[in-house]
Amino acid sequence: MTTPAVARRWRGAGLLAPVAVAVVAVVASPLGFVIAQAGQAGWEQTRRLLGRPLIATLLWHTVGLAAVVTLATAVLGFGAAYLVERTTLPGRRAWTVALALPLAVPEFVRGYSWVSLFRSVHGYWGAVLVMTCSLYPLVLLPVAAALRHGDAAAEEVSRSLGRGRLATLWRVTLPLTRPALAGGVLLVSLYLLGEYGAFAMLRYTTFATAVFTQYKLGFDAASASLLTLVLVALALLLVALEAWAGRRARVVRHGALARTAPPVRLGRWTVPALAGLAALVGVALGVPLYALAYWLVKGSSTTLPSASVLGATLATLGYALGAAVTATLAAVPVALYGWRRGSRPARAVERVAYLTRALPGIAVALAVVYFAVHWARPLYQQPPMLVAGYVVLFFPLALTAVRAALAQVPPGVEEAARSLGTRPLAVLARVTLPLVLPGLGAAVAMVGLTASTELTATLLLRPTGTQTLATEFWVYTSGLAYGAAAPYAALMVALSVPSVLLLTRRALRSGS
Amino acid sequence: MTGPSVGLTVTDLHAAHGRSPVLHGIDLTVPEGALACVLGPSGCGKSTLLRVLAGFHPAAAGQVVLHGRVLDDGRDRLAAEHRGIGLVPQDGALFPHLSVAANIGFGLPRSQRRARVAELLELVGLPGLGERRPHQLSGGQQQRVALARALAPRPRLLLLDEPFAALDAALRAELRREVAATLRQSGTTAVLVTHDQDEALSFADTVAVLRDGRIAQCGSPDELYHRPVDPAVARVLGEANLIPCEGAGGAARTAFGPLAPAAPGAVSGSGLALLRPGQLRLTAEPVAGAVPAKVLGCDFRGHDHRVELRPEAAGLPEVLVAAADRAWPVGGEAYVAAVGPVHVLPGA
Repeated sequence: MTTPAVARRWRGAGLLAPVAVAVVAVVASPLGFVIAQAGQAGWEQTRRLLGRPLIATLLWHTVGLAAVVTLATAVLGFGAAYLVERTTLPGRRAWTVALALPLAVPEFVRGYSWVSLFRSVHGYWGAVLVMTCSLYPLVLLPVAAALRHGDAAAEEVSRSLGRGRLATLWRVTLPLTRPALAGGVLLVSLYLLGEYGAFAMLRYTTFATAVFTQYKLGFDAASASLLTLVLVALALLLVALEAWAGRRARVVRHGALARTAPPVRLGRWTVPALAGLAALVGVALGVPLYALAYWLVKGSSTTLPSASVLGATLATLGYALGAAVTATLAAVPVALYGWRRGSRPARAVERVAYLTRALPGIAVALAVVYFAVHWARPLYQQPPMLVAGYVVLFFPLALTAVRAALAQVPPGVEEAARSLGTRPLAVLARVTLPLVLPGLGAAVAMVGLTASTELTATLLLRPTGTQTLATEFWVYTSGLAYGAAAPYAALMVALSVPSVLLLTRRALRSGS
Repeated sequence: MTGPSVGLTVTDLHAAHGRSPVLHGIDLTVPEGALACVLGPSGCGKSTLLRVLAGFHPAAAGQVVLHGRVLDDGRDRLAAEHRGIGLVPQDGALFPHLSVAANIGFGLPRSQRRARVAELLELVGLPGLGERRPHQLSGGQQQRVALARALAPRPRLLLLDEPFAALDAALRAELRREVAATLRQSGTTAVLVTHDQDEALSFADTVAVLRDGRIAQCGSPDELYHRPVDPAVARVLGEANLIPCEGAGGAARTAFGPLAPAAPGAVSGSGLALLRPGQLRLTAEPVAGAVPAKVLGCDFRGHDHRVELRPEAAGLPEVLVAAADRAWPVGGEAYVAAVGPVHVLPGA
């Protein structure tokens, strides 16, 4: 965090603040569009639409699912993180990777793998099963990082005050990992709110699927945008809750280095712990891999759509890469602004940027459509629309990655360069950018690979006639052609693996 | 209990980190109610010793006994939560999610909390701060809360792991005095671990110098400072001039002339005479027994000047350190004389 004195010296580089504010304004604009669009419905229609029993049903479905999945992911994520970080479990490093890898299976691919293998998996419990398996790593990774970097001293003090191991776990360890736990749980619930593909496949209706259906089938824009507004309001409420929960546990540390705790001896609990983790990995990773292998073998005997697979892969990578580069470049000024100045406006700009992660893919897609239809007609159903959608959707991801890269830059090097007579832009080109270049590369890779498995916004925004891996997969599974869909699913999983490994490494290296 | 009974006894304690041994046979006795200090450089094993006592690290062999109860004998180990040993870690390690009062009351049964917490806040001089959060306190206040928290369940032994290291110098000395007074007032047996000799000498009744996993010497601060068993212990406790000497009929013969030995009895054979900087007197003119020397450096320390000199005589180390009342010009000449009595270390 820069001190005010340092911040004042940076006033010279006056272009940074307006650029950062402009970028964040663009990225946050979908929020405005959602409201504007919903406003067109008019008061009477709004009341009629919101008063429908459908809303109550959707709310019940969404909240009921979110509550159970959130709880399940919190328990599984915390438990698994504790086992791999704090106990004498054999092969802890390998288990960490195996436990994080389910993130590489997109939710709709996981839905497909269960639905295609077991007819009985559908509806509420199907959704709980599929989403829990998909999302628990989002809790596991931050909690594991917090447990790894947290100081053992507080736990030892608790023990020395006569509290046993379980009481210490409950009264000290758990509260200390609460910010990480809250962050992970927030991500889980945001994913749940925004998910479309998996729920469509499992025949479970939530706000996101209802919006999609209203928009795609009925072309009822006003109704769709009102539902979107409720969805976004729910998401913003969650973000506010998380900010409140995370703020209440501020960790004070000064001077000495944190010492890691000696691992807890599992003893006769080793076998049950191993069995539990094996079962979790088996269900979360083994089932989708088995399903993919099964349908690849089975499907290859009937159809071999290799040409279309190649075309879809190239299209997917092209759009994803374009979006990744754009999002990363756009994130640089915002990240720089926040990094150089710890001032209130700089932090506010950053916070608004992060707020956009509350926007589900469907809301972003509808906002982009609304914008194109009203103000940029020639762009409607053209490639820039899809890229713009991706950029808005994955901007927070890019910002986090760029910020992580900037955190590696030693504080003061920019000032040192300035004091040697270098002008601000030259400092950026000669000092800052070379230092963060590897980090920017990682940001591009991360955003690109994530975007390549995006389904919801892609379905709504893709240019006419363009097929990506996700849309081809969707077309085949909608026709119940599970074998034909398998190559696309396998490719998406393979594309996701590097970004998951990258994410795992980054999450466990940094403190929070 | 009446009289100074034994509080903590450590006998032939061995401990290891994985395969590398850290402690090789520690013997240490701390009387009940005494303040003991384990002094040593970083990496000497003092933190491991503390963690074995607290029950966070297993002993490989040996015995730890507190008030007649065996805590660890290399085979059976009493869990940390059943030992009744308080711990004040280096930076306090307050629970950041709890208020000051909840931190202090953490180890107390619910019914006693209110009264005892108020009592302890009073004891550590922080009345009225019970509702604060740890991050709202200064470093010194945090350490006081950590002390209050450890004292709350009336531990039979209190362990302090460099508790003042993160504080600035002035506050460190003040808090050290306060804590020592607090512990004496409550009659708590305590073991402090530190690498700071000032802290060790001013805090403790008994100081144990730990070196390479062994206790090199154990005794009162005065004993250790003035009568160390070897040159290394002499240097750990403060700056030392070690002058070769020969025993000659009840006196130690040195380059400064014969000096009276501190301990009565004849000095025999060759040895090293220990002269603390305060025992060297500097004069501008030659006096009896004085050795001419060149002033290499002079640092003002407020209460005195630390003067480094190169003696121009045989049988002396290359550099001598003296404490002088006034500044000496660097590069100038001075005459150094020694004031006895001296402690003689055997064998050079």
